[in-house]
Amino acid sequence: EVTETSKKSIVTFSEIHHFLLSDTIITETQKRISNAFDVFDHESNKTVDVREIGTIIRSLGCFPSEADLHDIIAELEEEEPTGFVRYEKFLPTMTKILLERKFRPITEDLLLQAFEVLDQQKKGHLEPEELTKYLTQEGEPFTQEEMDEMLSAAVDPDKNVILYKDFVSMMTFDDTR
Amino acid sequence: MGCGVTKTSEFNRKFDKAMKAAVLIQRWYRQYAARMEVRRRYTWNIFQSMEYADLQDQIKLYNFLGYLMDNFTPSKNEVCRDAEWERYFSYNNITVPDIYSGPRLTFPLDMDQAAHLVEAFKNKQLHSRYVLQLLLETWKLLRVLPNINRVSTCHSKEITICGDLHGQLEDLLLIFYKNGMPSLEKPYVFNGDYVDRGKDSIEILLILFAFLLVFPGDVYLNRGNHEDHIINLRYGFTKEVLNKYKLHGKRILKLLQKIFSWLPLVTVIDQRVLIVHGGISDTTDLALIARVDRHRVSRTNGKSHRILSSALSSDSEPESSEFTDTGNDEWKQILDLLWSDPMSHDGCIPNEVRGGGCYWGPDVTEGFLNRHNLQLIIRSHECKQDGYEFCHNRKVLTLFSASNYYEVGSNRGAFVRLGPDLVPYFVQYQATSMTRGLSFPQNVKRTEHTALKVLREQLFVHKSDLLSAFQEIDKENTGLICLNDWASAIERVLHLDLPWRVLHPQLVSSTTDGKLDYHGWFRDLHIEQTMLETLYRHRSTLETIFRIVDTDNSGLITFEDFRQTLKLLSAYLKMEISDEVINELVISTDTNNDGSIDIDEFMEAFRLVDKSRLERGKSLEYT
Repeated sequence: EVTETSKKSIVTFSEIHHFLLSDTIITETQKRISNAFDVFDHESNKTVDVREIGTIIRSLGCFPSEADLHDIIAELEEEEPTGFVRYEKFLPTMTKILLERKFRPITEDLLLQAFEVLDQQKKGHLEPEELTKYLTQEGEPFTQEEMDEMLSAAVDPDKNVILYKDFVSMMTFDDTR
Repeated sequence: MGCGVTKTSEFNRKFDKAMKAAVLIQRWYRQYAARMEVRRRYTWNIFQSMEYADLQDQIKLYNFLGYLMDNFTPSKNEVCRDAEWERYFSYNNITVPDIYSGPRLTFPLDMDQAAHLVEAFKNKQLHSRYVLQLLLETWKLLRVLPNINRVSTCHSKEITICGDLHGQLEDLLLIFYKNGMPSLEKPYVFNGDYVDRGKDSIEILLILFAFLLVFPGDVYLNRGNHEDHIINLRYGFTKEVLNKYKLHGKRILKLLQKIFSWLPLVTVIDQRVLIVHGGISDTTDLALIARVDRHRVSRTNGKSHRILSSALSSDSEPESSEFTDTGNDEWKQILDLLWSDPMSHDGCIPNEVRGGGCYWGPDVTEGFLNRHNLQLIIRSHECKQDGYEFCHNRKVLTLFSASNYYEVGSNRGAFVRLGPDLVPYFVQYQATSMTRGLSFPQNVKRTEHTALKVLREQLFVHKSDLLSAFQEIDKENTGLICLNDWASAIERVLHLDLPWRVLHPQLVSSTTDGKLDYHGWFRDLHIEQTMLETLYRHRSTLETIFRIVDTDNSGLITFEDFRQTLKLLSAYLKMEISDEVINELVISTDTNNDGSIDIDEFMEAFRLVDKSRLERGKSLEYT
């Protein structure tokens, strides 16, 4: 039978547990951020080029849009923009992003649905020109380089079409190790 | 139905849905590409830190190997005059057999013969007679060239500049294909590091020297830090020549040693652009550079060699005043030119990583350019992913022409063209048919795979040190260690500046409750049984030493030579080994009892030495 006292102690215990856990989580999180930052800190002086921020954030598992990144970078830049972002500024911002789980991952089925939407005639595949048109003209358009890179992995070399179902499962499988 | 990450829109128009789908795909792909980029980046870091770490160890041995060289090469009673050397290098008594199907050169060379050489090297080897003849002519020419090449872009000539080639013939062929071969209308500057690492170093040299002989006013060669016979011992060029030219390889190498010392140091275009292999320091003075006797300035004038030599000679005489401070200055000036790297902070600090030259900052560039009335420094020496890279406010350009330097797909190569306006025009390339078939993610994975393989070998090689480090942390001997401790232990032991926590998923296959079973982990590193840990670490050094001592390249060294080597090594390492122990070691090394020592027995001997020292609690670290 759960009495008031025991309920309280359960609550207190779980609060402490949560506090301890989150402290560990924060330290672990900050270590992850520090390591990802270091990969791009070429001069080993705790700064990275502002143009690498997007890559760093994404490498930590987040899926921001270009607009999201634009806002984050505006927050991270110095009063007088130097082209560099300092670690002291990056750490708290990134910790918050990770702990709040902003910019959550896009799952395999969501991705598949998106391709299916683009495949208006329900062919089961997309022509390279079709996909190119959508991705370089709509939304947050790809550069030609981004488009070429994606096509090199996506286009079936024999049929010259994008079998998006296979593509999605192949790409999402790659991630798991 | 719609994309779950945004609010369901009231509008159900196909257009709106399609746009949302596009945004989602873009958002997802950019994340994927970012993760690929990170993997590519740390793969790059792995290769770079391994390269520099390796070089660092080697430089520490540089002086010792030099001393060993002087004791074991026939030049002990060295002839002083060039005429006598020309007799030694004589090719006249070398006959070329009828079945030889390679190029037969006639001197003086002409353009057709040079072009024919380029074609022939795709599948043929030049006979040693012609090699020696070509090298002799090159040596004669280089001896009259100044330290500073001066080039002009007048007559609307565009000058093509190439960076490091490192024995990668395919890249040179690609450059000639894209840009045309050197000629009166097409002048070239080659910025050093023609040899080592790649497998066709001698062919590249022969091609460049041939064009130099045919167009001496339109081909300019700078010396690189790899145009050095001691570096060549370690990084593959010596081995390549001895393998390709079994009979005359040593003679060819000796001649090349002289040629390298006679290569010009820098090139200046229109008195405005400096081309040098490594870079500059805050004391670099072109007027001084112009005056040095470049072929005489070498490590033998350097301070450290002097100390070593007097420590080891039993009847030491006081060194002559020949080795004055001037000798030291000149050596430093040349070292700076060939070994320095730019850095982003102001200042000038010694380059500890490379063991020679310095790191120089934007302020040093500014000062140097102003003092000498120049506008741009073009240098090489460092591999760049895109083949070239600007720094110091676009006043310094790094140019690297060996594509796929670390591994297939690791980087592009580049060359640059300068016209009278001195505005650089870049051409990039990647010389291998294999990359063309691969998609971008496949390329990244392939390069990553090689980098990780190399890294795993390094981890395995340091197994005993790592094990001690782990056991120090795991005091209760549970056999388990958490990832944080794993990472810090590795950092301490390996001294490789790498993001170990980012790498750990690639290096550690499984953990239980966030802890790693480190004994099991070593077993899983999948290294072949034959690769013994202690040997492998020093294998390349030991091979180098053996090759020096084996003066007739027979694959065998005498007991006496081996004894000498051990004595020198022990003096250098400040170890106390009695003659008795050395004698015992020598005899026990000849395991097949044939009266001489081959390379396997040689390696085995050092493993024994290493183990016993380990048992005494010391490590075989060279000071």
